[in-house]
Amino acid sequence: MTEQKYTIKDFKSENEVRWCPGCGDYAIMNAVQRTMADMGIPKEKFAVISGIGCSSRFPYYMNTFGFHTIHGRAAAVASGVKMANPDLSVWVVTGDGDAMAIGGNHFIHTIRRNMDLNIVLFNNRIYGLTKGQYSPTSDRGFRSKTSPFGTIEDPFVPGQLVVGAKGTFFARTIDGNLKVSQSVFQQAAAHKGASVVEVLQNCVIYNNGVHKAITDPEHRADRQLILEQGKPMLFGAENEKGLIMENGRLKVVKIGKNGITENDILVHDATDSDPSVHLSLISMGLPDFPAAFGVIRNVDSPAYDTEMENQIKQVQQKRKITCVDDLLVSGNTWEVTGNGNGNGKTEECPDKKLK
Amino acid sequence: MKDAKVIQLEEVAIRFSGDSGDGMQLTGTLFSDATAFLGNDISTFPDYPSEIRAPQGTVGGVSGFQVQFGEKRISTPGDYAHVLIAMNPAAIKANAKFMKPGGTIIYDSDAFTEKNLKKANFTTDEPFLECDLQDYNKIAVPISSLTREGLKDFGLDNKSILRSKNMFALGLVCWMFNRPLDYIEEFLQSKFAKKPVVVESNIKVLHDGYNYGLNMQHMTPSYIVHPANIENGTYRNINGNQATAWGLLAAAEKAGVELFLGSYPITPATEILIALSERKDLGVKTYQAEDEIAGITSAIGAAFAGDLAVTTTSGPGLALKSEAIGLAVMAELPLVIVNVQRGGPSTGLPTKTEQSDLMQALYGRNGESPVVILAATTPSDCFFYAFKAAKIALERMVPVILLTDGFLGNGSEPWKVPKVAELPSITPRIAKDASTFKAYKRDEKILARDWAFPGMKDFEHLIGGLEKNVSGSVSHDPENHQCNTDIREEKVQQVVDLVPDLETCGDEDGDVLVVGWGGTYGHLISTVRELREEGKNVSLAHFNYIKPLPANTRDVFSKFKKIIVCELNMGQFASYLRDKVPGFNYHQFNKVKGLPFTVFELKQGINKLLEE
Repeated sequence: MTEQKYTIKDFKSENEVRWCPGCGDYAIMNAVQRTMADMGIPKEKFAVISGIGCSSRFPYYMNTFGFHTIHGRAAAVASGVKMANPDLSVWVVTGDGDAMAIGGNHFIHTIRRNMDLNIVLFNNRIYGLTKGQYSPTSDRGFRSKTSPFGTIEDPFVPGQLVVGAKGTFFARTIDGNLKVSQSVFQQAAAHKGASVVEVLQNCVIYNNGVHKAITDPEHRADRQLILEQGKPMLFGAENEKGLIMENGRLKVVKIGKNGITENDILVHDATDSDPSVHLSLISMGLPDFPAAFGVIRNVDSPAYDTEMENQIKQVQQKRKITCVDDLLVSGNTWEVTGNGNGNGKTEECPDKKLK
Repeated sequence: MKDAKVIQLEEVAIRFSGDSGDGMQLTGTLFSDATAFLGNDISTFPDYPSEIRAPQGTVGGVSGFQVQFGEKRISTPGDYAHVLIAMNPAAIKANAKFMKPGGTIIYDSDAFTEKNLKKANFTTDEPFLECDLQDYNKIAVPISSLTREGLKDFGLDNKSILRSKNMFALGLVCWMFNRPLDYIEEFLQSKFAKKPVVVESNIKVLHDGYNYGLNMQHMTPSYIVHPANIENGTYRNINGNQATAWGLLAAAEKAGVELFLGSYPITPATEILIALSERKDLGVKTYQAEDEIAGITSAIGAAFAGDLAVTTTSGPGLALKSEAIGLAVMAELPLVIVNVQRGGPSTGLPTKTEQSDLMQALYGRNGESPVVILAATTPSDCFFYAFKAAKIALERMVPVILLTDGFLGNGSEPWKVPKVAELPSITPRIAKDASTFKAYKRDEKILARDWAFPGMKDFEHLIGGLEKNVSGSVSHDPENHQCNTDIREEKVQQVVDLVPDLETCGDEDGDVLVVGWGGTYGHLISTVRELREEGKNVSLAHFNYIKPLPANTRDVFSKFKKIIVCELNMGQFASYLRDKVPGFNYHQFNKVKGLPFTVFELKQGINKLLEE
């Protein structure tokens, strides 16, 4: 394949972007477009498939093949695109309502099959397009138009669902952090199989500041753990804090306190097939822990679309039936020779002459 | 055979019936295949319970298989059976109503124990009297004990032995109807090639059954049905679901595109998914999705990416797919949706046939959402209409619903296999010129847009479920929405130039025109044929094309004094005709029992109309 030179402009469409001013979606799209421009594959090989919701307007603003489908079904439509042409780079743009509620079934099964898709999950913990109802990722007690007295249900943690569905790739990023976003999108695109990137996204209108406790510059260093493959899990303004495993649980420690050195800190291995540490990293959060960002899990497993192609190739190598004509006369057939008067079953009205 | 009493018949219907674990479907299928192989025309109808293993010995667990064969053209499996093979008392109870007066009942007398009679809810030890079958020719055969005796030296356990008793019944019936056993033997040899003892024991029992018939010919006559006089060619037996699958394969090959099936198992449509899953050798991509919705939406994705995309289902599944069908309408993608109709509403009667999804196919979506609708009429012509559905979808960029039903899907008939070269050409509307391409730029006459898919350089574009302008961008403009709504309907109407004129079977004018559509064809044509033989001025117009209707529909209707629309629902097609072809008095003949029509009841209904 010849290396293509693209810039971010090549991926922007002429359509006016209509997200609210200040919406986190702008930054996410920027990161996706930069990632695509750098991937070195022909632009016509990208297909961006979305469901319904604010984030799902994404394909309109992309100068690639795009399909804005129906609520919750983007992963299923994208699976069909990928199976039809495994050569494509297929991206799914979805939100917490689209993927976790109405499309929950497609979400977990797409991950279980390890279909080679790049799923970008915009998590703003609210239904924005329908103007502010709580979502499956809203915290218990969250007040919204449809929960004026607070919700009485617990939220999904998307990464837990991914691990539970035997997911092979999960990453988390924040809308405003272009560097981390671009890095995880690149790795997601490189991963063969279902990649899920959860983007903590701010809805400036209906849920402004939902992730502020994590993203606030004042506390950011203490509340964000940016994971890097093969590196110790350190955080804090001076990288003075880290994670260790104690009695099977994660624990925050301070370097130099109680004799802890950097050598005691857990080293991140996203490629470990055992998901238990990944699950702990996904699940941890404020106030006792920082939130984990970066590629949390990235393991190899056969991708469905590749397996489908391989199986067809294998069967075809020793096939006896090579075309439909072969098929039609395969198995039990018999010849009628003798003087027939014609039963004409292939005619549209065989018994017309019924005199 | 000299001293045997031999009766020659034009056509015979046989019903094999037993517990759902007794292997009656296999027995019936083998007899049918052997019969077709001899050159008789046949029509079959499996009638089985929806529970895989309902309680043994109960009426609910009875599984039946009816086959009619003859020396003339056979269009139905027969209203009533001349011969019933009953493996237990429950089979008598379940099938008494399907017996032809004076018919023959062969039953396993070993199974008529007090316990089994009770399980079948008989209150006395005279089941035939209770079912009002006194005047029938009843032949008691101790099938279980004769099977056991025949296999005593095979070292098999009792369960394995009794599993072969269907072969005894089959051998006996083969003798009665002069069928040679070699076809069945060959089948057993290849099916159980790795289990020689199974082959030998089954063949032994098959012969024991045959010889038993030979020895008891003083008790029962043997029947001869001469081969039918049919067109020369290569034939095979095919059921409607298999024919549907193969028609789609032929269409993909003819169109030069890959075939993708997204589907979710549902009775009675699952067999299409099975038949295509077997065809990896022909490169078919079958995807057993997590639900009905993913079945169709994955297909929509495949259509977007350039495959001949298909989803298959039955009524409840079609309901689940309706939002996605709307997406295919809006996005204007080629998509074939096969609905093998069954009894409804809700879960309804999963294994029984009905035509009650017509309105759902026509109107069961939000918004103005027109699609093309075709209906197959016989098991084998499912091939042709599946092919045609794909042709229309690919050439007109429109979703097409193909309606078949449980009767067609499971029923089989001999089929003269076509050559792919003889089938009509299919030319998908693949876009050619990127410089002028727009997502919704269309042909001025047929109104179809062009098909460009990811991977085609410089054809990048966007489609979606929102109303759009010609380039695919969102548009809420009132005039644009009206215009696009008109276009989507008109595009479907323009398909009429691919629809052949409606032909009448019989005369072009007369007293009564019988109107039907889809899977009732066999029963309606048999009915009209018999009425005409009685000198009645009756003809048939049977519809394969529901939307758009054939262009000459009004002309055909206008030449008859009376019109009667016969369908297995409460009058859905009649209502549609009143709406789309107004000005006629449409009489109705309807039935919703989960069963096909009988020729008998149709004749009664039409005769009544003739007399009015």
